[in-house]
Amino acid sequence: MLRVGIIGVGKMGLSHLSIINSHPSVRVVGLCDATGYLLDVMNRYTGVDVFANYRVLFDQAKPDAVIIATPSRTHGEIARHALERGIHVFVEKPFCLSVGEGQDLVNLAARVKAVNQVGYHYRFVGAFQEAKRLLERGVVAEPHNFRVETYGPVVLRRKGGTWRSNKSEGGGCLYDYASHAVNLVNYLFGMPSGVGGSVIRGVFSKGVDDEVYSTLFFPGGLSGQLCINWSDETHRKMSMRVEVWGKNGKLNADRQECQVYLRSGSFPDLKLAEGWNLRYTTELTKPVRYYVRGEEYSAQIDYFVDCIESGRLENINSFAAALETDVVLEMLQRDAELGPSTTKAMATRVDKRKNGLGQWIRRLGGHDL
Amino acid sequence: MDQLLFGDNQFFGVNHMSEEKARTQAMRFQNTQAVIEVLDAALKEGIRTFMCTTHDRIAGVCDHLRLNPDRYRDYILYPCMPYAHKYNNAVTELGMLGALQKFLPVGGLLDATVQGGLALVKKDIEGIVRLLIDAEMKMFSGLNTPVIFLQNVVADFLMGLGFKEAFRIFATHVKERYGAEPGFITMNMPRMLDLLEDIGLDNPIICATINKIGFRMCGGIELYEKTLAERKFRPIAMSVLASGAIQPEEAIAYVCKLPNVKAIVFGASSRGNIRQTRALVEQMYLRRTASPSAGGEQGPGNALSASLA
Repeated sequence: MLRVGIIGVGKMGLSHLSIINSHPSVRVVGLCDATGYLLDVMNRYTGVDVFANYRVLFDQAKPDAVIIATPSRTHGEIARHALERGIHVFVEKPFCLSVGEGQDLVNLAARVKAVNQVGYHYRFVGAFQEAKRLLERGVVAEPHNFRVETYGPVVLRRKGGTWRSNKSEGGGCLYDYASHAVNLVNYLFGMPSGVGGSVIRGVFSKGVDDEVYSTLFFPGGLSGQLCINWSDETHRKMSMRVEVWGKNGKLNADRQECQVYLRSGSFPDLKLAEGWNLRYTTELTKPVRYYVRGEEYSAQIDYFVDCIESGRLENINSFAAALETDVVLEMLQRDAELGPSTTKAMATRVDKRKNGLGQWIRRLGGHDL
Repeated sequence: MDQLLFGDNQFFGVNHMSEEKARTQAMRFQNTQAVIEVLDAALKEGIRTFMCTTHDRIAGVCDHLRLNPDRYRDYILYPCMPYAHKYNNAVTELGMLGALQKFLPVGGLLDATVQGGLALVKKDIEGIVRLLIDAEMKMFSGLNTPVIFLQNVVADFLMGLGFKEAFRIFATHVKERYGAEPGFITMNMPRMLDLLEDIGLDNPIICATINKIGFRMCGGIELYEKTLAERKFRPIAMSVLASGAIQPEEAIAYVCKLPNVKAIVFGASSRGNIRQTRALVEQMYLRRTASPSAGGEQGPGNALSASLA
């Protein structure tokens, strides 16, 4: 039996607990949270051992693995303590709020040979896995631009009282919503070399951001746009959509379906023909052992357990993969602070000197227009 | 229980196949009148049970039913609670306790607020759950709600936690306060039946995804078929079309052949589709009773013909 502890029993901690608790080879040996209320209720009604301090949980319950679902700011410290004891770690997203701290954890996990995973569940959604498989096979041929859109109804008025409305705790649309979109971008397209035109701002929130927009630039010429807004109640729940344009067509993917348009040619082994090809979630989703709120949530937890049981250290949602996402989030924040890169004043000045506009901007930015 | 129950996913922008279709439906049904027109079309086809979530907009449908008592005298509602997204979004915004407080009764119901406050302080889950059920049931006041369901997101979540007491509290309160039977929606049917038997619920009502391709049937299609054949409970099949992945004839033929299925819940947006589903169920039932090997007295089509007569 794999002994598992859960640190942080808020929304995600309880969700993970519900899924892993029914795993046939797992025994949940302890819950830990800073607030005693839920702990008392859980202990009283389910009999699970509870701890107010995670170090005490580590020492007394002796878990082989932990799930960390605390406010994001505390992920790094708790993960480090767990890894130093050789405990396998699953941590909620975003990974760390500091790139340096994240890098230290990547190194530490490798040194102690612990399974390490971050809860970016979109990598376990069948339609996005299919999108990755098809993109890797080059079905749209040389993708040149993509758009990733994430919308949802989280903050619809000026309010907030939890850590999620506090930037320094890891709250806000950037860490909560955009991190998923960026992680999916990393999964599908790799690491961008630069970002530009980033906008990160509140609509209703005071302390944190409610929307994030940016353009990402990749080696080899691929570019892509992020459009993230969690103040949009025309979406019933969080929605994620990817569109990719390539030399030979287009690929759209969301949680429900993966659509591919081939301009010409076909891929018989992939059952793709010229024109539109549609694949639905029912054929793309693998059955799960226990369903609570979407196959991907169950699949990522069972994958974590499977990695531990089979001693597999490489992980599609490893700390190293999540660190890439943290680096991009850092790039977006720095870029957003700079504001517009080209101003009207610059363009007007060029005009007065009677230089070609394109030539001037080429000199400024080093880009070809 | 009627054998064809009308579901409500189509009214609230839920479409497991396509987000575009979901949005189109959300636009069409943003007016309660558009929802009522479809319910009336279903009623004309003999489908008089509406299995609905406790979405805020259902309150408008309930008002309409109350305003026209003659027309809807025999109309039956199966409330399914809670509408989980409103809780999920509130937890993200307000935290666990903040969300709980938000949904406990407030305003004129001072007594309930005091009760709720006390229950919170005492960590009296029974008191809290009762108040949450009452808050969800308020919109159905005066209407016929013989079965009240716990939604799958909450039921499967609580089952995963091992929170058996919550199921007992739900069942008891629904029976005592509303004179209704408790129902449980799940994507993990065999395990749910184990749990309900464990807390002593005899012949429980379980609404589960049941379809020919095994979509969202945790434990596997073989175990589902075995459970349906061998165990005592009242199953209701939902997602029989697996979000459109199976053709209606094939989908309904499969479910009608299964032993013991008491009812099918389905959604549709037009009278034509409603009629087609009804006709298919009747046809499959007739085909089944015509076959000497089919011994079932309990297929969904069986009592359908009676209730539609």
